[in-house]
Amino acid sequence: MAANNKNRMSVSEMIEQQKQKRKIFNQLERMIPSLLLMIASISVLTTVGIIYTLFAESVAFFRNVPILDFFTGTVLKPLSQNPEFGVLPLLNGTIISTVIAMLVAGPIGMMSAIYLSEYAPDNVRRVLKPLLEILAGVPTIVYGFFAFTFVTPLLRMVFPSIEATNILSPGIIMGVMIIPMIASLSEDAMSSVPNSMREGALALGSTKLETTFKVVIPAALSGIVASFVLGISRAIGETMIVAIASGSSKNFSFDITGSMQTMTAYIVEVAGGEAAAGTTIYYSLYAVALTLFVFTLIMNLLAKYISRKFREEY
Amino acid sequence: MATRYMDAELVGKRMSSRVRKNTGWKGLFFASTLFGLVVLAVLLVRIFTQGIEYINIDFLMNHLSTDASRAGIMGAILGTAWLMVVVIPVTMVIGVGTAIYLELYAKKGKLQSFIATNISNLAGVPSIVYGLLGLTLFVRTLEFGNVILAGGLTLSLLVLPIVIVAAQEALRAVPGNLSEASYGMGATKWQTVRRIILPAALPGILTGAILALSRAIGETAPLTVLGIPALLIPFPEGIFDTFTALPMQIYYWTIDASLVAEYANLAAATIIVLLVLLFLLNSIAILIRNKFQQRY
Repeated sequence: MAANNKNRMSVSEMIEQQKQKRKIFNQLERMIPSLLLMIASISVLTTVGIIYTLFAESVAFFRNVPILDFFTGTVLKPLSQNPEFGVLPLLNGTIISTVIAMLVAGPIGMMSAIYLSEYAPDNVRRVLKPLLEILAGVPTIVYGFFAFTFVTPLLRMVFPSIEATNILSPGIIMGVMIIPMIASLSEDAMSSVPNSMREGALALGSTKLETTFKVVIPAALSGIVASFVLGISRAIGETMIVAIASGSSKNFSFDITGSMQTMTAYIVEVAGGEAAAGTTIYYSLYAVALTLFVFTLIMNLLAKYISRKFREEY
Repeated sequence: MATRYMDAELVGKRMSSRVRKNTGWKGLFFASTLFGLVVLAVLLVRIFTQGIEYINIDFLMNHLSTDASRAGIMGAILGTAWLMVVVIPVTMVIGVGTAIYLELYAKKGKLQSFIATNISNLAGVPSIVYGLLGLTLFVRTLEFGNVILAGGLTLSLLVLPIVIVAAQEALRAVPGNLSEASYGMGATKWQTVRRIILPAALPGILTGAILALSRAIGETAPLTVLGIPALLIPFPEGIFDTFTALPMQIYYWTIDASLVAEYANLAAATIIVLLVLLFLLNSIAILIRNKFQQRY
């Protein structure tokens, strides 16, 4: 009897215990939202961290190198006795590689999108689309290796004077990498054009080609342009392909068979050389990265603006 | 008959030229679609023929060596594995936590749309910029040095937007009547989230997380900035050891191929290992999606 009593609680005790449990539980329940908010704010802190580090270290750089010299200088000699830090050679390399990439990715990506959205039978599209997406999943280092060891020797058959490191071959391969991005975003835009519009054009006697060019593409233009802008942004920020296959020449030139350095490749080269913290060349990393960051940010915001502002609603 | 008033020959001529044009362009569109696939095929064939004969047990198990015939990539494999050990829990906790907050807890308003915009902008930041953030924050300010923890955290931040967006979509796909039934039984919000919504969304979340992981382990640019040594270093045994990783090994062997021609073949062999790893991860993701995805 006594042992039994020990285990048995009075009802009021049980209620008390239950209340106690509830209390802890309720407290936990109340804490969850703020805990989750804390986790969610990590992504905001990442942005703050990126902007803060880039600005803080760039300010230190611009204390040594006048900001005007940086943005208008055509000479980049970070390692010489009298170092000069002009960003234009890097901007030039970035722009040229981006143009080459877009000359490849723009037309081909766009035509792939047209095929997939307008011409391909369902079963063909179901096979081709995932296959095309594989291109986007291949690590960029693999593309860099391919550009350096295969595409450049291949190009040498066409341009015998091409250098072992040149901007042309990574530009082309960057374009190949961007094809699936443009193809799939443009295809999404074209697929969302309602069928009634196509049927209207076909009923008036248009061929599929005429329907595509005169009805579907104009209606999907905002999405298509946005996909191109995102492709440009991707090309500007691409690093490993150019770092491997385009070498480190910092000359301000327009010869696409020669070596050129992009902003991203400069960061890889200088950071990989273990520049001592506090030196001007170390800070130059951040100034170049800040320029890169601003360029890609503008492109991304532009893409969003275009697709939102000029969207045709049906 | 109305056709009497038409010049059938002229109409036929015009029609057929338009139809021919259509057919011609169709061929061009198809060829463009194949172009990307042909490049992919050439790339894979080239790399496999170049590297496959270098893959053997010694190559997989040996230490790094300057002698091409004795060099192995065990260190790089372990480095990549340790990176995954850091990236998986960090991205899962932060990614899923953020997604739950945005989808289920946050009130629709300025704060929520600010965080969402911020995430979509982060997704567009070049990976090399994350490398500089990692260098400044983890390697120098927090003084981790160029160890696995620093590399793993940098890669985690890089792929976080992918995980968050995937988890958001998975949570959104859980039908409302499931959680309503749970509330109806007297469950609290957190109980509903933890016991009903999360399990239902788990396959989608895992698929996204694995895809993000495969992006992380193929990523090279941020690691080059952190200053990963190309030298002979002992195998990493924990998250505070210096390391090399598969993509870094490929990078060093590729740029040194002008010195020792055989390094290019070793790089190709390492690429095969990396691609096989990525292929396995993606297969698992597809498997999970097909097997566990429930349609409501």
